[in-house]
Amino acid sequence: MMADINQNLEQLENKLEALREFSDTHGVDLNKEIKAVEEKLYELKIEAYKNLTPWEKVNLARHGERPTSLDYIDKIFEDFIEFHGDRNFRDDPSIIGGIASLEGKAITVIGHQKGRNTKENIKRNFGMPHPEGYRKALRLMKQAEKFKRPVICFIDTPGAFCGIGAEERGQGEAIAINLMEMSRLKTPIISIVIGEGGSGGALALGVADKVYMLEHSIYSILSPEGFAAILWKDGTRAKEAAQVMKITSEDLKNFEIIDDIINEPLGGAHKDIGELAKSIKKLIINDLQELEKQDLESLLNKRYIKFRKIGEYQ
Amino acid sequence: MIKGIFKKTKYVTTSIPAQEKVPTPIIPDGMWIKCNSCDQIVYKKDIEENNRVCPYCGFHFRMNARERIKLIVDEGTFKELDSNLLTLNPLDFPNYEDKIRQQEEKTGIKEAVITGIGRIYGEEAVIAVMDCFFLMGSMGSVVGEKITRAVEEATIRRLPVIIFCASGGARMQEGIFSLMQMAKTAGAIARHAEEGLLYISVLTDPTTGGVTASFAMLGDIIIAEPGALIGFAGSRVIEQTIRQKLPEGFQRAEFLLEHGFIDKIIKREEIKKTLGKLLYLHKEVK
Repeated sequence: MMADINQNLEQLENKLEALREFSDTHGVDLNKEIKAVEEKLYELKIEAYKNLTPWEKVNLARHGERPTSLDYIDKIFEDFIEFHGDRNFRDDPSIIGGIASLEGKAITVIGHQKGRNTKENIKRNFGMPHPEGYRKALRLMKQAEKFKRPVICFIDTPGAFCGIGAEERGQGEAIAINLMEMSRLKTPIISIVIGEGGSGGALALGVADKVYMLEHSIYSILSPEGFAAILWKDGTRAKEAAQVMKITSEDLKNFEIIDDIINEPLGGAHKDIGELAKSIKKLIINDLQELEKQDLESLLNKRYIKFRKIGEYQ
Repeated sequence: MIKGIFKKTKYVTTSIPAQEKVPTPIIPDGMWIKCNSCDQIVYKKDIEENNRVCPYCGFHFRMNARERIKLIVDEGTFKELDSNLLTLNPLDFPNYEDKIRQQEEKTGIKEAVITGIGRIYGEEAVIAVMDCFFLMGSMGSVVGEKITRAVEEATIRRLPVIIFCASGGARMQEGIFSLMQMAKTAGAIARHAEEGLLYISVLTDPTTGGVTASFAMLGDIIIAEPGALIGFAGSRVIEQTIRQKLPEGFQRAEFLLEHGFIDKIIKREEIKKTLGKLLYLHKEVK
């Protein structure tokens, strides 16, 4: 279905190009025709992106041009100063963090960081943190608590890294501590899933007062590949897994696990990050006004209940 | 005669009937167990009487939740909590209900954890015991809810919490709901901790995935049984990721002790005594 639509879109785009060229070279006024094709194209695009399958969303969430945490930080905040290291082992480039200002107010910003090309991705380990990444994030959150500034987290990881060093240095412990400490951090936290929200590695930046997902992002227990490998012993059935796992922003909104969906520009976040960043900025400003009005006790109570009530049983 | 030296010997070839398989001795089903560690064939009853520990090499076999409670909690003191919580199918995952029913029949319990209040050498505590025979002890909504309620109960009653972990991780069939149980249980433990109350986590074979990355690793005191597999990622996943074989003893209790992630490895027969002492030493002066 998506393939068909893509083909149609491409055909129309080619036709449009041909019309424009013809109009230019022959000096014939084809504005009417061009406009008609443009309108049709727009309609088709809207239709296509409204009806993406979960697997298409997975691909969009992992799109090579999809904006990363640093892209959003650059567009939303001013004076970002990056801080490094967990003060214990090393600096993990898969998680970035620091302070920035939002309309003159100090904010702590933390995010998973994927690379924008292969070289960067090797440095960033494809956005898959080691324990020291989570410990850096926690250090910066504690710093935010001390200086009474809110924390904004951008979530974008396939999952916490699986490797010998990660296990030796306590991947499980690092994530667990973050979950516990975030649940009682004495300052407002907002988390936004901007691409992939993969497993405990994503949740370790996700215990927040407000949790949002970008329209075409995903949030899941495991990558669809991993899920298929565990349940069906066949990682190639990822597409099928994506279907049954319920990982899209609409699914999570319906489950009341996230607060809201942030709409993306037509064609995905990378088509117009400027507009998207503006709407995220507005959302953060509004939320912080609301969250900072609450006294600490009720803020923490609400955060506790937010996660406490999740679960389906009888 | 001499000519015969260079003559090819004529052999008579006959086809030998395919060698019959050596009949394996017929062992009545379930009477004997081969020890996973020393390969000794052990009489099952001997193992059962020895708390499921191999009498030859000390290997700790997995133990179900009821057996564990019997071993740890003072007789007649265990009052079970929330035994009626039932699992639903939030993702409408194909055949999930059937799977749960099968597991119920197989294990005789309704979900992968039993929670309750009991005494250990007379000291009262909230005790949760996971059962890895029920869908690999995986944590879905019910497991998360039961653990959270147990910890909350302990916070209200100002009691210590002891959790015996045994889990393959999050319950895949409940997807994102399972993931969120990690945040939920960790939050409950944070509140318990803020009241100055004791939480002892006992890691048994296996403790992995989402359970390791939540309540298992949050104990004030973390104990493990010898040889227990404890880790975040499964060894198969790691091998596939890094494309190399994992070293011997990787992710075993001894490995974690060496790397500083657990307080002590304690043999099964000693665990009750140790827990009793720890509870006594943390007793609140009222």
